[in-house]
Amino acid sequence: MGKDFVFLLFVAMTIGGAAIVAFAKRIIYNAFALMLSLFGLAGLYVFLSADFIAAVQVVVYVGGIMVLMLFGVLLTTKLTDVKLTTLKNQRIWAGITLGFFMIVLGAVIQRAPWIVTHEELVHDPQSATIGELLMTKYLLPFEIASVLLLAALIGALFIVRSEHK
Amino acid sequence: MTETLTNPVLTLLRLIPGVETLSDGMQVLLSGFLAGVILFAFIAVFALYAVYLERKVAGHVQDRLGPMEVGWHGLLQTIADAIKLLNKEDFAPKDVDTKLFTLAPFLVFMTALSVFVVFPYDSQVSIANLNIGIFYVIAISSIAVPAVIMAGWSSNNKWSLFGAMRSAAQIVSYEIPVGLSIICVIMVVGHMGMQEIVEFQGGGFWKWVIFRSFPFNFIAFFIFFLGSLAEVNRTPFDLPEAESELVAGFMTEYSGMRWAFFFLAEYGNMLAVGLVGAALFLGGWQPPFEFLSFVPGWLWFILKALVLIFVQIWLRWTLPRLRVDQLMYVCWKVLVPFAFVCIIGVGLWEVLT
Repeated sequence: MGKDFVFLLFVAMTIGGAAIVAFAKRIIYNAFALMLSLFGLAGLYVFLSADFIAAVQVVVYVGGIMVLMLFGVLLTTKLTDVKLTTLKNQRIWAGITLGFFMIVLGAVIQRAPWIVTHEELVHDPQSATIGELLMTKYLLPFEIASVLLLAALIGALFIVRSEHK
Repeated sequence: MTETLTNPVLTLLRLIPGVETLSDGMQVLLSGFLAGVILFAFIAVFALYAVYLERKVAGHVQDRLGPMEVGWHGLLQTIADAIKLLNKEDFAPKDVDTKLFTLAPFLVFMTALSVFVVFPYDSQVSIANLNIGIFYVIAISSIAVPAVIMAGWSSNNKWSLFGAMRSAAQIVSYEIPVGLSIICVIMVVGHMGMQEIVEFQGGGFWKWVIFRSFPFNFIAFFIFFLGSLAEVNRTPFDLPEAESELVAGFMTEYSGMRWAFFFLAEYGNMLAVGLVGAALFLGGWQPPFEFLSFVPGWLWFILKALVLIFVQIWLRWTLPRLRVDQLMYVCWKVLVPFAFVCIIGVGLWEVLT
């Protein structure tokens, strides 16, 4: 029951944060609510006994991507009640996309072989398994991702450099 | 190994009469509450005397005496200061964003508090010996950046905003050399759990990680120490609160107890950094010589951390502050390349031996 309580707390954080992201009018609230939601998601990973993934989630999303987004928002003053529409008939397109997404999600939920009991979860250290797999079975995707990140880094440096002629 | 682990919080929890009759949910809540209270008391007491130490060291560095009036050699000075802070009015300027303004100090303090959970205080004593240990510390401390931005932005003041941006840029940058130097340790030990890292270093000071694969981990320790100074905003990296430029940085608009929370978080972070350094590089609760093992492990751990904290304070009062461009130069062009060399060196050493 105690675990259930903490679990529900994380669920509330994830869903509540997402709801604020969707409905808050002030853009900085959206950003911080997204942080809350991502943090709640990390908590849910812990319940799947994926502690390493949870920590990665916090480092990458809360500590990295959110900070980037906040830097963008930070220099805008009180940005309130802006109609953030970028498309014509945005609501209709959003509705269609949402419907499609719900169908896909529903199909996945129906078909996935869910682990329902606590005993079925793997309790081995996740980091060792992940590391081993990255260095053996998934070496090529891992290297491709590294090269992609390196390319992005060099690209960012090139754009930032002032003296490019 | 985990079977014999004693958890001080659970031990205390069992002392409460009738705790077994409570439901599981209440027990979980109670142990969380208890851990919070214990750690808060720990940090608060530490902060009181770290401030005293700071002022004394500052005094003697500058050829003064420091606090002398309240109590013997000013021992009660910081307690008087704390009581003054508690009595101050809870005040918020008119144009602040009240919700974020009130939330930010707690978020900053929460991140400072929650890293203390994983530290190995003694042989087999930690509140939660997580398998990802040190990575958890890195993850939690990265939450401090958005929290500082929250404080700076909601204050609606250009000094606060500049301070917050500097702080964020600085912490995000220095996380990289710190993370890389920690990787050097993990490569030697082969485990991320804090207890396992400390246990690995048993049997004399030459077995400590800092002296492993010499000189690479030795250099890694200095990279870690410099980077951690920047992460806790200490001089020579205290640009976020450079009082001659930015009034008080992101905490300009805070006063009273809210400010005290930032202050507690700062000293909590100092202690956390000292403890992490002591656990990762200096053997944690392991004594430097076997014959000194009659001294309890927690005392060694705290002593090693205190030495590191003393160096932090000493540096603060002897070194001038870096400029922003120098700060970034030190991080990206000095510490990061050196850290990479250390990783390659440690890796080679580990492969060859």
